[in-house]
Amino acid sequence: MNDKNKIITGLVIFFLVVLFPFWFNLIFGAADASTAPEPELTEKAEKAETCVAETEHMRTEHMQILDQWRDTVVRDGQRIYVAENGKEYDPSLSNTCMDCHSNKEKFCDRCHNYASVNPYCWDCHTYPEETE
Amino acid sequence: MNVAYLYSLIAVVVLGLIAYAGVEAAGLDVLFGVVIPYLALIVFLIGFANKVLDWTKSAVPFKIPTTFGQQKSLDWIKHNRFDSPYTTGQVVIRMLLEILLLRSLFKNTRVGFGKGQRIAYKWVVWLWLFAILFHYSFFVVVLRHLRFFAEPVPFFVSFLEKIDGMFQILLPNLFLSGVLLLGGALLLLLRRVLLPKLVYISKPADYFPLFLIIGIAVTGLMMRYLDKVDVVRVKELAMGLATLQPGIPEGGISGLFYVHLFFVSILVAYIPFSKIMHMGGVFLSPTRNLANNTRAKRHVNPWNYPVKTHTYEEYEEDFRDKMKEAGIPVEKE
Ligand code: HEM
Repeated sequence: MNDKNKIITGLVIFFLVVLFPFWFNLIFGAADASTAPEPELTEKAEKAETCVAETEHMRTEHMQILDQWRDTVVRDGQRIYVAENGKEYDPSLSNTCMDCHSNKEKFCDRCHNYASVNPYCWDCHTYPEETE
Repeated sequence: MNVAYLYSLIAVVVLGLIAYAGVEAAGLDVLFGVVIPYLALIVFLIGFANKVLDWTKSAVPFKIPTTFGQQKSLDWIKHNRFDSPYTTGQVVIRMLLEILLLRSLFKNTRVGFGKGQRIAYKWVVWLWLFAILFHYSFFVVVLRHLRFFAEPVPFFVSFLEKIDGMFQILLPNLFLSGVLLLGGALLLLLRRVLLPKLVYISKPADYFPLFLIIGIAVTGLMMRYLDKVDVVRVKELAMGLATLQPGIPEGGISGLFYVHLFFVSILVAYIPFSKIMHMGGVFLSPTRNLANNTRAKRHVNPWNYPVKTHTYEEYEEDFRDKMKEAGIPVEKE
């Protein structure tokens, strides 16, 4: 009965779809995609040594901090942010974050692209022109 | 009280604790992050193939399509093409409607008393609604997860993310499908917990996959919105798996992630042995995938062995003389 061939064809197609990541990365992928691209620090950022919070915290929570900043500045009119370590900052994406991390392409975008994250912050906020 | 769902719930909770403790207390990152996921995939592939190949051996002695409409008949009788398909093309369309739209769930009815003591059949849409919500959001969530397993991220994944996150609420941006998946699974569970007739026919094999999927959705949502996981490291781990260079990324990933991954591994390995095999079975349902054309075409069971026949003509050939002697009428003199 030729149904057997039809069923096996279907099975093979199904397996090809399920195993998509394996052949897709082999054909289209970059060689070393299992290591994330390293975000680059500007000189200014290196000198500052610490961000507004610990690196490990910033890795997962930076968007929450920005969200909180938006609320305190825009809704409560508070323009001073006191960090965990007691330092005071101007809670502003463009003026504080982007002051040190002025290299959006080599800092922000590296991880965002790798993890397919498209923050719509940039729909309104501008970022400094990349300088060579 | 039906203990089937309690046992299933407890089983899922215990499995979650095992993964959490295994990683956080015993440091078994490699076991839960690499070994078990690979094993699960292998069990899935072999188990799935095995099951389907076993199905190919089933006999189909009769055509048994179930029909919901007028079969093809005389020209002036209107033929219902998709409820009683006659050609292969019509069967294909019927199958597509079934698989993509879960059409037979849409025909769900409930029997009860209408006016007075009259029996009445009422159309009940809930099962279809919950099921379609659940299946499509599951599908979208799985496709979106390809952002962890493919580099560069394929265009259709970014496209889905755009649509799924179109409301631009919460941070990180809310993906509707994740919440709908949890909602759909919970509604399907509630059906089986609250409706007495359904409780009566439900087994642990019905509750366990539901609880498992609810567990996957809850841990996934937690990782995204509450106890955030470092997605860059998750991608490193996932890409390691997908490029066959597995490893645990530097700095490690939270225990919650391994609970999510362990649940998924169990689900994947469990599929070939569970009711979830309906994903393959629906294609091979003889009540759906056969044409209702037995009046026009004879269906021969392909497993019939060649039957030795001895027709009347042959019989008469053998015994004609004796029949004539005995005065029995014969057809050929
Ligand atoms: C049956 C398969 C799976 C299902 C149904 C599932 C379900 C979910 C759901 C509903 C979420 C919530 C966020 C969202 O809507 O995207 C989520 C998030 C997540 N899942 Fe899964 N998951 C599955 C497989 C996996 C696998 C294999 C991994 C391993 C890499 C994984 C890693 C993650 C991570 C890291 C998150 C958090 C994402 C973020 O923070 O944006 N999931 N999952």
